[in-house]
Amino acid sequence: MLHYIGKRLLQLIPVLLGMTFIVFMIIRAIPGDPAQVILGQQATKESVASLRASLGLDNPWYIQYFDYLGSLFTGDLGESMRTKVAVSSELWPYLAATLELALCAMILAVIIGVNAGIISAWFQNSWFDYLAMIIALVGVSMPIFWLGLMGQWVFGIQLDLLPTSGRDDARNPVDPVTYLYVVDTIIHGRFDQLWEVFKHLILPATALATIPMAIIARMTRSSMLEVMRSDYVRTARAKGQKMFWVVYKHALKNAIIPVLTIIGLQMGLLLGGAILTETIFSWPGIGRYIYEAIGFRDYPVIQSGILVVAFIFVMINLIVDILYSLIDPRIKYD
Amino acid sequence: MRKKRWLALGLMLLLVLSTALAACSSDSKDDGKDESTGGKEKKEKTLIFGRGGDSVSLDPIAVTDGESYKVTQNLFETLINFGEQDTTLKPGLAKSWKAAKDGLSYTFELQEGIKFHDGTDFNAEAVVKNFERWMSGNAETRPYFASMFGGFNGDKAAVIKSVVADGDYKVVITLNRPQAPFLKNLAMVPFGIASPTAFEKDGKKFGDNPVGTGPFKFVSWKRNDSVTIEKFANYWQDGLPKLDKIVFKTYPENSARLNALIKGEIDLADGINPSDATSIEDNADLQLFKRPSMNVGYLGLTVTRPPFDNVKVRQAVNYAIDKQAIIDAFFEGQAEVAKNPMPPVISGYNEDVKGYDYDPAKAKALLKEAGYDGKEIELWAMPVPRPYMPDGQKVAEAIQKNLADVGMKAKIVSYEWATYLEKAEKGEADAFLLGWTGDNGDADNFLYTLLDESNIGSNNYTFFKNAETHELMLKAQTEVNEAKRNKLYKKAQEILSEEAPWVPLAHSTPLLAGRADVLNFWPHPTGSDKLDKVDFK
Repeated sequence: MLHYIGKRLLQLIPVLLGMTFIVFMIIRAIPGDPAQVILGQQATKESVASLRASLGLDNPWYIQYFDYLGSLFTGDLGESMRTKVAVSSELWPYLAATLELALCAMILAVIIGVNAGIISAWFQNSWFDYLAMIIALVGVSMPIFWLGLMGQWVFGIQLDLLPTSGRDDARNPVDPVTYLYVVDTIIHGRFDQLWEVFKHLILPATALATIPMAIIARMTRSSMLEVMRSDYVRTARAKGQKMFWVVYKHALKNAIIPVLTIIGLQMGLLLGGAILTETIFSWPGIGRYIYEAIGFRDYPVIQSGILVVAFIFVMINLIVDILYSLIDPRIKYD
Repeated sequence: MRKKRWLALGLMLLLVLSTALAACSSDSKDDGKDESTGGKEKKEKTLIFGRGGDSVSLDPIAVTDGESYKVTQNLFETLINFGEQDTTLKPGLAKSWKAAKDGLSYTFELQEGIKFHDGTDFNAEAVVKNFERWMSGNAETRPYFASMFGGFNGDKAAVIKSVVADGDYKVVITLNRPQAPFLKNLAMVPFGIASPTAFEKDGKKFGDNPVGTGPFKFVSWKRNDSVTIEKFANYWQDGLPKLDKIVFKTYPENSARLNALIKGEIDLADGINPSDATSIEDNADLQLFKRPSMNVGYLGLTVTRPPFDNVKVRQAVNYAIDKQAIIDAFFEGQAEVAKNPMPPVISGYNEDVKGYDYDPAKAKALLKEAGYDGKEIELWAMPVPRPYMPDGQKVAEAIQKNLADVGMKAKIVSYEWATYLEKAEKGEADAFLLGWTGDNGDADNFLYTLLDESNIGSNNYTFFKNAETHELMLKAQTEVNEAKRNKLYKKAQEILSEEAPWVPLAHSTPLLAGRADVLNFWPHPTGSDKLDKVDFK
């Protein structure tokens, strides 16, 4: 197993290298000059030129690329051109905000999605099955933008149950330590704030969970249907095992592998692709951070931000692969 | 056995999580906001200001963005202040000033007994050190300085020659050449005076821990989320500030920000859509604020590209566009029709310029006269909303229809914002929508910046060039007599109207909204609001 993990980690290097190159080339291919954007519309030509020079944008692209790679290997993610702050120190608060939101959304999506899928398969062609699959279809096709704003309007304004946006109450702000606010409030022993943080999580997490939840439900259902028809399930039932245990113990274990793949992929997508949710709910996450950096042509932030997200994505995939062998002893990597 | 343990573990995890989630969604009502926003917090007057973007840095000299200035305006003070809601000059950290007759030197008498937030004394030496810090910088570290004062130490175009202390509370600034808007420039937010002790100690990191003399001092900054500042107890003006704390919180989405305001999560909201104005005015819990207009939205006609190389075609387009209809439809009436490239609040505005009324017949006649061949033009629509152009796409569609009515076919194109600006700057657009918000309330900042030949390749996107206006504007830059100077600008506006490199469209009134209990909030035309007098009912 360790051998396998080592091999996979080594494979990471060319993947990430290739990715840095593609990102590097794409952002330089789009027009727009970081120096001009930083200096604003008022800037004179001379100051734009001198800023270009001092940012090293005058050098040929390959020199810029190798400079960037060189500093990456020393662990330096670069410095934001706009804020002049090191990307490595700027990145974590954003990443933590997104992690918290994405994890919360994923927990919701998995619990509801997997169970809805199982029950649909169990009672195939029942009213529950139809209803669940219609909801799942709607969920997949729902624009997050609309769903988010509607959620704010209904639960935030009309019913006045939940806060509409942000991570905490601006009048009673969380003092960040780890920037995972759930953890921070527990560290400080501020359970009133923990409650606030939870309430702030509900709407964005639900909005973000909708699509993966629907995908997971459909995947679980089809995977379960297949397994439920297999002989060993019939045997288990013939032996008099209760249906609940047949489904949740025997069938699910074999059906969960493709679902796990989907969960891993969706988790990766949630990390980088939560821009819309983060914008509507004013969530200071990494998606918005990178997106805004693109608007400002802040090359180091775009490059390193995407690199970090890609790294996490690949790691999640690795973890999912390892989980396979834990769940299904037939899968062996050595 | 092992299997069972797995199952038990999994089920337990599921149970715990579902209980936790169930708890979240159940009785959140009775907890709600009364506890968090209730009595005690209200007594410690905290104002939450919702805005569209985060600050870049809180060192005002290091940035050019309005969101940074919104905060630093309350942390720092300038030698000279702008008026409460206009750009007249008022004493600031300097209680008085005198200009030499030739406009080549200024003497400032400073206020006495002021301290920076870190306890450092404010005096002539501190002012000199600030100027030295600005003048020894470069475009990267002091992006605004060169635009306003010609250049840095040793640059040929630099306006400031020397800054010297004369005693403890007197500063003399000598210039290389007279600069008419010199005092107005000094009143701009980027030139707030910072504590020399702090910037000498923190260097590049000063922006993370800014220290000024302003009514509020810096507390904390969660990037992309919120900046918190609190009352400076030793502020030199008695009874100010009224608030104990201000939190600037970022809500990138306009409707989400308004939702937060309606709910009372925030007290003030910037960037209100014109279409929401009526519903805010009808809501007894809210009030609408109008920022005095200091901007212009326009349609630029690139004079180097046919058919707009012909002045008659440009005039025809001016007659063809129904500006009032555009304002009624897309600015919801929160704007006035423009006829000059700068708004009427600015000294030197030419009221007598006739401008172009909506007259399609005249437009057709002019096009015919010009021999326009019916070639389709590209009409560029701004991809982002700005106060001077709330919806570029729709405005472009209206213009497209207006032009079609007089026989000019236009194809609407749009690019991502940074690309749009770069391509327009290179003169790649036939006709393009754009606008400008003034920095210092000076005519030079509009006319010279946007329409002089020196700024081709920079902010003069139409590539307009005219020997006469060029001469007038250069003369105005060094003319210190206000009346004479205004005369020059008025003449320039006449020529610009005749030459028609633009179709000036609108001077809009940017909107803000607040909770009904917010008092004494006066939005400033520059976009940077002083919040020292703001209070709650």
